[in-house]
Amino acid sequence: MRRLDFIRSALAVAAVTLAATAHAEVLAVTHARVHTVGPAGTIENGTLLVEDGRILAVGSGVEVPDGARTIDASGQVVTPGLFTPMGQIGLVEVNAVRGTVDYVQRGEQFSASFDPMSAYNPRSTLVATNRIEGITHALVAPAPSWPDELGNRSTVFSGLASVVNLGDEDVLVARNVAVVANLGETGGGVAAGSRARAFMVLSTALDDARDYARNRAAYERRERRDYSLSRADMEALQGVLDGTRRLLVRVNRASDIVRAVELAEAQELEIVVVGGVEAWMVADRLAEADVPVILDALGNLPRDFDHLNARLDAASLLAEAGVRFAIGGHGAAQNHNARNITQSAGIAVANGLPWEKALAAITLAPAEIYGVAGEIGSLEPGKRADFVIWDDDPLELRSFPAAVYIGGKAVPMQSRQTLLRDRYLELDGARPPAFHDP
Amino acid sequence: MKRLTLVPLICLALVGCDGPGDEKEDAPEPYASRYRPLPSEPVLFTGATILTGTGDRLDDADLLVRDGAIAAVGQNLEAGGAARVDASGLWITPGLIDVHSHLGVYPSPSVEAHADGNEITSPNTAEVWAEHSVWPQDPGFVTALAGGITSLQILPGSANLFGGRSVTVKNVPGRTVQGMKFPGAPYGLKMACGENPKRVYGGRGQAPGSRMANVAGYRKAWIAAADYAKKLEANENGEGEKPTRDLQLETLAGVLKGEILVHNHCYRADEMAIMIDVAREFGYEIAAFHHAVEAYKIADLLAENDICAAVWADWWGFKMEAYDGIRENAALVEKAGACAIVHSDDEYGIQRLNQEAAKIMGAAARVGIEIPPERAIRWLTANPAKALGIADKVGTLEPGKMADVVVWDGDPFSSYSRVQRVYIDGALVFERGNPKVNPATDFTLGTSAVAGGAQ
Repeated sequence: MRRLDFIRSALAVAAVTLAATAHAEVLAVTHARVHTVGPAGTIENGTLLVEDGRILAVGSGVEVPDGARTIDASGQVVTPGLFTPMGQIGLVEVNAVRGTVDYVQRGEQFSASFDPMSAYNPRSTLVATNRIEGITHALVAPAPSWPDELGNRSTVFSGLASVVNLGDEDVLVARNVAVVANLGETGGGVAAGSRARAFMVLSTALDDARDYARNRAAYERRERRDYSLSRADMEALQGVLDGTRRLLVRVNRASDIVRAVELAEAQELEIVVVGGVEAWMVADRLAEADVPVILDALGNLPRDFDHLNARLDAASLLAEAGVRFAIGGHGAAQNHNARNITQSAGIAVANGLPWEKALAAITLAPAEIYGVAGEIGSLEPGKRADFVIWDDDPLELRSFPAAVYIGGKAVPMQSRQTLLRDRYLELDGARPPAFHDP
Repeated sequence: MKRLTLVPLICLALVGCDGPGDEKEDAPEPYASRYRPLPSEPVLFTGATILTGTGDRLDDADLLVRDGAIAAVGQNLEAGGAARVDASGLWITPGLIDVHSHLGVYPSPSVEAHADGNEITSPNTAEVWAEHSVWPQDPGFVTALAGGITSLQILPGSANLFGGRSVTVKNVPGRTVQGMKFPGAPYGLKMACGENPKRVYGGRGQAPGSRMANVAGYRKAWIAAADYAKKLEANENGEGEKPTRDLQLETLAGVLKGEILVHNHCYRADEMAIMIDVAREFGYEIAAFHHAVEAYKIADLLAENDICAAVWADWWGFKMEAYDGIRENAALVEKAGACAIVHSDDEYGIQRLNQEAAKIMGAAARVGIEIPPERAIRWLTANPAKALGIADKVGTLEPGKMADVVVWDGDPFSSYSRVQRVYIDGALVFERGNPKVNPATDFTLGTSAVAGGAQ
């Protein structure tokens, strides 16, 4: 966290300098209920000032400079843009159309080093569909690759994950913030056997990567022992070993979560539990080790033997134990319907989680977990102006954004779905709908 | 019109017409319902916001339940010895009904040993009955109950053109499926359009490998069924030999006689229009299109033909035929005067059909279509009851109907509201936080630290 604090204060200084010198238009959102999710908390009748794509000021007594473009948000609610903390937005169009699916890969050549970002498509229909409902950021991560019909399989590693904004350009917030690995039942499935084997593959890979780093020259001369991974994969793991890159571990069973925590402690890794439906059972252990969780907050059924103790109030139990967590989309709702993280957060509130923590779980918490909270996740001076103006409580099912800003720019409130809707809103029968569009 | 003359049955779709059913009265109905309502006490709820399911909203109203049935709804009702429950601040709705579930046939845990919902061995398996696969110990029944589900239709999967018979059950976890079967509910026939059948069988180099072969497959089967039904009828009239009993044709003939309701998985608008014509060609009716992702494109056609559209709130993009899904779908169907249903097809979604409806309401309001709670609740109650042929028994809070009742701790269309109590046939079967009331399946016993698995 110290590193993050430094970045944040550096940015704040930069922003002030910028404000003093630049003469870009200032945008003022006034009279709103502003949930900053930052130190300023919730501000009634608040004003948010934006300049050059960054937040200039936020507060109740903030003066609107002359010439500012003002948006009166009376009766409306402003929050940071929402951050869906796990998924494959931009890497898929239609799941069952193989050519549009870029989040899996198989074979020996790449595992930990598989970086799907070159496939990221900001024009994917999933981007607009989700951002007009308030999602401004996403973790884009490769998914577990099950063996294909030819028997090709991957390893416990899915590959590298990056943070993007859902804008049209300059989408990269932070590349390759994490390596994603699979343990538990999924790990056993992709690693050809027992979950114990998955664990061994993971720890052997880390040992190999460490040995490789100490002996690169010898490795180049082919004077080092064989390793279990390719050079690219061992390079990808260097950040994991030195703590600058997180290791995201997909794991749900309590005992497997503890094994992962033990591994993190023994090797001084920054791990993040993904899934974590049984994390509530070992919450104290997670809190003690400061291991955060990307929680599947809706997975309350024993869908497999790793989910036997899944429950709807898991988020509230983690919060009470002091575990850091973000709320992720459930199942298919990680991608096409990542917008439904507001529903997941609302359900967590219904099951005991304080409202403010629920909002933080889909804004600041993922930003902190992925080390980008200096830039995004809350409404604080110096941070990027990624925010949403809502017509009402964002965690309510009938609420909708009136406007969404990414980097200080309002995104068009249009998606393929709104176009389809408008085309078929009135079926007058005179001419086929195909003739109706402007 | 010539094709219509192929329809052999005079009493097609007429209720109560005599026919081959007569001889069934001699033999007991196979796999008959052995459902018995649980013991119940009369109860009077007072001061609630009641969505009756008939389209009405009653504020500060009372509901009297007696002998497992709705006795009265209105203001200032007399308790007459019934226990009084102060329901001020609470909302009461009919029990929710999911027209599309695979609980029990694709239960949790979703292991291969339990995957009994799809007989993927032939494109026509009209002879299979979902009830012969239902595992009553599926923990999903209990979590669905905690979401207010009191009745559900369990369907075979969608790999086949004809998937088999569905079964409608009351959501009272039993030891046997017969103990759950909704008494008197008609059977359904699961049919499937589109990608699934053609992918499954085309991938094996057999028919159907295309949508046109899907339709050829339906027509061939209906021709055989019409012939079978004609022979049966002739035999009853003392003409010709009785055909050898054929389970597959028996189910299809049941549809032609109007005794079995067609539930047709069909995503695309153009395919639904074709299926309406297939039904017209062979003289049967379609109760509902399920997963009708593009229903909004032909909402007028659905209204004209009195076919329900059962839809998700917002699933889209998982396959090509789901690419055009929009949140306003059910609302546009409703606006056109057709019957809209929100269904789940999912063991998680079934726990919150009310929330799925709320998302549709919100989306519709943005384009000026205001659907108040008293209308939206019908998507989860009266309309699925109609599609399942049980609207005379459940789906609304009208006197005489089964007392399947949900008590909510607030507006059911808020993300913060939860089911507080569920009554089925007047018996309290779920009370939030009360393990003495709530069922727990055998599976969760000793495997889960979460009591009942329905937290």
